[in-house]
Amino acid sequence: MIPITHYLILSAMLFAIGVTGVIISRNLIIMFMSIEVMLNAANLAIIAFSRSLNLMDGHVFVFLVMAVAAAEAAVGLAIIINLFRNRESINADTFSLMKR
Amino acid sequence: MLEVIIFYISALIAIGGAVMMIAQRNPVASVLYLILSLVAQAVLYIQLEALFVGALLIIVYAGAILVLFLFVIMLLNLRGEKFGYDQGKVGVATKLIFSLVLIFELAAVVHTVSRSTNLARTSEHLNPGFGSVPPVAELLYTKYLLPFELTSILLLVAIIGAVLMARRDRADKEKEMT
Amino acid sequence: MEHSLYLILLFPLAGFLINGLLLGRLNKKLISLIGCGSVGLAFLWGLKTFFNLLAVPETERIFNEVLFTWIPSGIFKVDFGLMFDPLSAVMVLVVSGVGFLIHVYSVGYMHDDPGYGRYFTYLNLFVFSMLTLVLADNYLLMFVGWEGVGLCSYLLIGFWFEKQSASDAGKKAFIVNRIGDFGFLLGLFIIFWQVGSLDFAVVFKQAPLVFAAGGTLITAATLLLFVGATGKSAQIPLYVWLPDAMEGPTPVSALIHAATMVTAGVYMIARSNVLYMMAPTTLAVVAIVGCATALMAATIALTQNDIKRVLAYSTVSQLGYMFVACGVAAFAAGIFHLMTHAFFKALLFLGAGSVIHALAGQQDMRFMGGLKRPMKTTFITFLFATLAIAGIPGLSGFFSKDEILWKSFSSDYGSPVIWAIALFTALLTAFYMFRLIFLTFYGEPRMDEHAKHHLHESPKMMTVPLVILAVLSIVGGWVGIPHVLGGGNHFEKFLEPVMGKMTTGATGGHALTSAGHDTATELVFMIGSVLLILAAIYAAYYLYLKNITVVGRIRQRLSGLYKVLYNKYYIDEIYGAIIVRPLINGSLFLWKIIDVMLIDGIANGVAALIGYISSDVRGMQTGNMRTYVTVFLGGAIILMGYFILR
Repeated sequence: MIPITHYLILSAMLFAIGVTGVIISRNLIIMFMSIEVMLNAANLAIIAFSRSLNLMDGHVFVFLVMAVAAAEAAVGLAIIINLFRNRESINADTFSLMKR
Repeated sequence: MLEVIIFYISALIAIGGAVMMIAQRNPVASVLYLILSLVAQAVLYIQLEALFVGALLIIVYAGAILVLFLFVIMLLNLRGEKFGYDQGKVGVATKLIFSLVLIFELAAVVHTVSRSTNLARTSEHLNPGFGSVPPVAELLYTKYLLPFELTSILLLVAIIGAVLMARRDRADKEKEMT
Repeated sequence: MEHSLYLILLFPLAGFLINGLLLGRLNKKLISLIGCGSVGLAFLWGLKTFFNLLAVPETERIFNEVLFTWIPSGIFKVDFGLMFDPLSAVMVLVVSGVGFLIHVYSVGYMHDDPGYGRYFTYLNLFVFSMLTLVLADNYLLMFVGWEGVGLCSYLLIGFWFEKQSASDAGKKAFIVNRIGDFGFLLGLFIIFWQVGSLDFAVVFKQAPLVFAAGGTLITAATLLLFVGATGKSAQIPLYVWLPDAMEGPTPVSALIHAATMVTAGVYMIARSNVLYMMAPTTLAVVAIVGCATALMAATIALTQNDIKRVLAYSTVSQLGYMFVACGVAAFAAGIFHLMTHAFFKALLFLGAGSVIHALAGQQDMRFMGGLKRPMKTTFITFLFATLAIAGIPGLSGFFSKDEILWKSFSSDYGSPVIWAIALFTALLTAFYMFRLIFLTFYGEPRMDEHAKHHLHESPKMMTVPLVILAVLSIVGGWVGIPHVLGGGNHFEKFLEPVMGKMTTGATGGHALTSAGHDTATELVFMIGSVLLILAAIYAAYYLYLKNITVVGRIRQRLSGLYKVLYNKYYIDEIYGAIIVRPLINGSLFLWKIIDVMLIDGIANGVAALIGYISSDVRGMQTGNMRTYVTVFLGGAIILMGYFILR
């Protein structure tokens, strides 16, 4: 039997990798996928706790997170398509309009 | 023993896939690495007796969402664009250090939690049918009915929003026509 | 809802909404139909309710109807409630009845005006507001109507807003009324503070328990309410707006600035008679102010040449009369005069409008004369109205005016001085009204040839309301024939549930028919005043028709007095010098020095300082989203580290 902490550490590492992806990548799509990695890291932790507590509720949470992720992917990709259409680029550094 | 081997191999693949996803220049390859990572995670789900959710992960996540990513990448045809890594105000090294610090901090949290509470102590006895479809469905339609229904509204909103945003304006169309 | 009082309000409101929302999209026929029809329906419904009211016994003559709770806020609860009692009934019938006739008249008078639809929209809104005022069952809803009629008055005075003088007059009316409203509101605050409610029923029931009779609080409250009344009903010192209000269309002057709106103050005081009876000081003030106003306005009216201005000052004077009645606690007499005045003054204004219409806008009486023959209907109706206002026996004005005169003498609150001034004013009234008649309708025509050629009687649409109003001016007073003349004084009796017994001659022992010498006195007074009035009329005849040169000589002999009167006692100039000028200068000071230099200086200085300080910090904002994310992550790490190491 593998201790639950192993899973949690793995989840933490995956989360950190996702964060790294967001902060160092300049490709909007890869940043976006890094966010998905973070979501999945959280899911993994939930599943691990669910197993350890012998409670099914965590599975429902994961299910809901997946639904949210799907919605987010749809809207996010639509935004990316729009950005690309207007700027011919999906480089995050191109979009620095927040300065003004 | 077999359990441990499966865990470490899967964990390695999950982490490796995620790292490779970031490291790729070609977004198509990134997506494929992410799918690899997700499949490995699905194995871990199943190891944790979460059969239904594990299946969902492969079917919905790897199968549908990431294919959507792939689709968009193909649609945008991003070959020409060069990215390369950071040239911002904060250097790559600093950012990597940030990430390492984050990992250690999270590990410290896990450590503290597992030591001080019994939250992280695995229970040996599981309810019969744990992780299969019927209990999940039962929870979804009883205790979590409202969030579940709200999810459907969220998805509807997302659909409408995506359609609205991705739709070409009439002005754009006319521009393209001429 | 058994009487559906709300229908009385609903009709004009619907007319206002339809005409207002479809402004410019309807043709004139439809506008007139909606405008007049809505008010006509309101009148008919009011009439029906009035007969319902007559059908029930005297003690139960009050219909209440709460439509909804308007302001539910803790102990402060105000309903949108309507009340139909004898006093409201009189007011509703006068407002909607006279209003309807004037609407009809307007169809002819405003026929060629480009703002036709707008005109009827405002007029309907006015009727709606006025009816709200008189039907309200609490002070606050009354105040809503009060403000509503003020707004309509402003809109209609400035109806021809492209004319500078008209828009100025509108503003003047509005601002002067604001001063009055200020007092009115303060009065309401005192009442609510002490009684804890603004409902008429509750206030009048509780007032004797809460206030000490003749105490400071009740005196202050009633005086403040009276300030509101002076604003709306054009009494000293706030009467200055009314003569200027003649810039509006003539039917508006007739409806708002003569017949209905300006009587709101009288109505309010009559409605609050319970409170006023508890404050003798206030009653005295009301009587004195009314008296002074009546006299002052009448003297000014002697010298004015603009036909509408004469009528305007006459209105002020007659309103003063009504306040005299209220001041001597003869509230019913005040309301009686209010009603008869509404008939004959509306008629006078409409007749004047007819004259002005025929002379293509000429308002100066020096360029009129000899209109008797070409404008027969107008002349005859006008003559009846003049006889009524002068107080010739048999006509409505006689009964109401005589009632006031007698009460000002006989009431416990009256005095011979007030009576004497009121009588003198009555003589002046007869004199200047007949001056007006002789200058306008008799003598040689003094207009130019072109205008003379175009003289014509007004269309049927205008003359029919004149005739109806003339009939009302004659018979309108017959409902209140006093006991001495063998009448039953039904009007006063009808109002008794509202006014209480006190109005029939202050104290019970003063009952008019019982004491023989009182009857004799009253008769003597009556005959005396009639004879004096006839003398005044003869004087006007002698001076302005028979022997015109005398006027010039008198004018020269008394040139100083004449000048003062002609310039209306220089009141406008005095107000300008002591109130308006300092106000403007003070505002200029506040604007240029306090606002521009001080406040703007501080605000801009602070902004500039912050701008200066932040210019260095601004460099951190790169606009690069990944940098933001990184900094955010750094912050999260630090926070988490703090919690772990703690």
